[in-house]
Amino acid sequence: MLLEVEGLTVRFGGLTALADVALTVEPGEIAAVIGPNGAGKTTLFAAISGFLRPQAGRVRFAGQDVTGMPPERLCALGLVRTFQVTRPFAGLTVRENIAVAAHLRHRSRAAALALAGRVAERVHLADRLERPAAELTLAGRKRLELARALATEPRLLLLDEVLAGLNPAEIAEMEPVIRGLREDGITVLLIEHVMQAVMRLSDRVWVLVGGRIVASGPPAAVVRDPAVIEAYLGPGAAERLERERALAGGA
Amino acid sequence: MRPLAPIGLFALLALPLPWLTGSGTVLNLATMVLMLATLGQAWNLLGGMAGQFSFGHAAFFGTGAYATAILQIRLGLDAWTGFATAVLAAVAMGALVGFASFRFRLRGSYFALVTLAFAEVARILANSLEITGAGVGLLLPLAPGLDRLQFTDKAGYYWFALVLCTAGLLIAARIRDTRLGARLAAVRENEEAARALGVDAFAVKMQAIVWSAGLAGAVGAFYTQLFLYLDPHIAFGPQVSVEALLGPIVGGTGSIWGPLLGAAVLQLLGEATRALTGGVTGANLVAYGIVLVLIVRFFPDGMIGLGRPRALDARGVSG
Ligand SMILES: Nc1ncnc2c1ncn2[C@@H]1O[C@H](COP(=O)(O)OP(=O)(O)O)[C@@H](O)[C@H]1O
Ligand SMILES: [Mg+2]
Repeated sequence: MLLEVEGLTVRFGGLTALADVALTVEPGEIAAVIGPNGAGKTTLFAAISGFLRPQAGRVRFAGQDVTGMPPERLCALGLVRTFQVTRPFAGLTVRENIAVAAHLRHRSRAAALALAGRVAERVHLADRLERPAAELTLAGRKRLELARALATEPRLLLLDEVLAGLNPAEIAEMEPVIRGLREDGITVLLIEHVMQAVMRLSDRVWVLVGGRIVASGPPAAVVRDPAVIEAYLGPGAAERLERERALAGGA
Repeated sequence: MRPLAPIGLFALLALPLPWLTGSGTVLNLATMVLMLATLGQAWNLLGGMAGQFSFGHAAFFGTGAYATAILQIRLGLDAWTGFATAVLAAVAMGALVGFASFRFRLRGSYFALVTLAFAEVARILANSLEITGAGVGLLLPLAPGLDRLQFTDKAGYYWFALVLCTAGLLIAARIRDTRLGARLAAVRENEEAARALGVDAFAVKMQAIVWSAGLAGAVGAFYTQLFLYLDPHIAFGPQVSVEALLGPIVGGTGSIWGPLLGAAVLQLLGEATRALTGGVTGANLVAYGIVLVLIVRFFPDGMIGLGRPRALDARGVSG
């Protein structure tokens, strides 16, 4: 198991954002976390990646207990996250942005800048390399988030809605990039709202609703799970759908 | 890595000034520009490169100034040992201030206030302790000679200041062109994102403040050699802290040439106001204030950014 989360609980004052969450990620897989807005997905990533200290629970990465470890140390161990609300280094160029991450494993400036170029190529940012990051469009900023995370040469990559806000053509361009990470031995855990992308990309889906994991399994099975349907469409929805399906079948 | 040729060229061009001018006023002015440029550079290493705005660089300047003065007067040591000790003492002060603020994640105005507080505490201590000469201050005996780092002519001090300024430029360029510079820029632009990418923000900010403090301490020690007199207000007063940040902000923060440009502009402006107002006290400060407001309003990147196209929204993008 590359990542094991156990009993994770995070509270913000009176609000319980995560309640006793458990999930596992196996090496080499692409796993997804789905769930309605406010379910706690981003909070889950923050707690795993060291940005939030959970009130209870454990995070194990590559066999090591990393609960409460600061993000920079986790990143050095090979666990990196991207931000849903992108955080470019606005005053730097795209290349310099990526080079900051490349410096994690490369001391020399020249090596880091060169690696930045190769990573940019991979996420289709090569034509923007020398432009200020502040000029990037939303799609460009999402790519930059991915590029910077990749440049740290991670083992586990946590992607927080890197496809959100992209148009279908841009999504189609990014999907193979994410799928291709597997060949480099990078394991992926992604949060995504674009369900078609989740269905196509992921080996396993975890469904988070109201801070709790309500279902998990292969994507095709999970979308039929009554608990998941109710979470998205409201109480009684699963039964309603079942009735409609029966009616349609009987007609 | 960018070549260091421009810095070499600058040093070479500035070197013959004492032979080209017979005017003591010009040489004095040039020495002050170089001294304040170096102090500004020290501030720039932390404020410009790492985005940590200090309002208390007097703490480092004064530590350096007093360290060498005390060593020479009380222990009879030579000025070179005094100078080296001044840098080390300022580095220690930098580490202390850095630890006290960065360990507890103080940023922005909180950080500025903590640095100011350190400088003020140092000023009050210097004002009451016997070793610093309390309110009376310290007077170094006049003893020209290279071992005392005292010069009989103005040219000696000018070259001394030129060496410091060049050293400051080299340090700034070196940091800018290496991994530390990249990491400082990342912390300045977005500390959380930097940490997510493996940057130990605490460690790199500590490195920045230590370099910054050491250089400011060297300028303080130079001041002691130049004026042979110190008191708590001269060494640790808010005026020094303001001088340290004004030059880089006017000239351009984060650029290695900004502090020098800013120091030159401000000194010339100060001279001009003095001439125009017939030396009304504080008139130069009024002029500085006006320039500062204009710069911040119209050229937020400083004067060095004048010729450069600026990204429309280079600041404050986060979404
Ligand atoms: N820093 C915070 N302080 C207080 N409440 C927060 C904070 N971050 C998130 N929350 C709350 O926690 C819940 C989960 O948020 P989030 O993890 O962002 O959900 P998701 O990513 O699934 O949309 C929401 O109700 C949100 O308002
Ligand atoms: Mg979210």
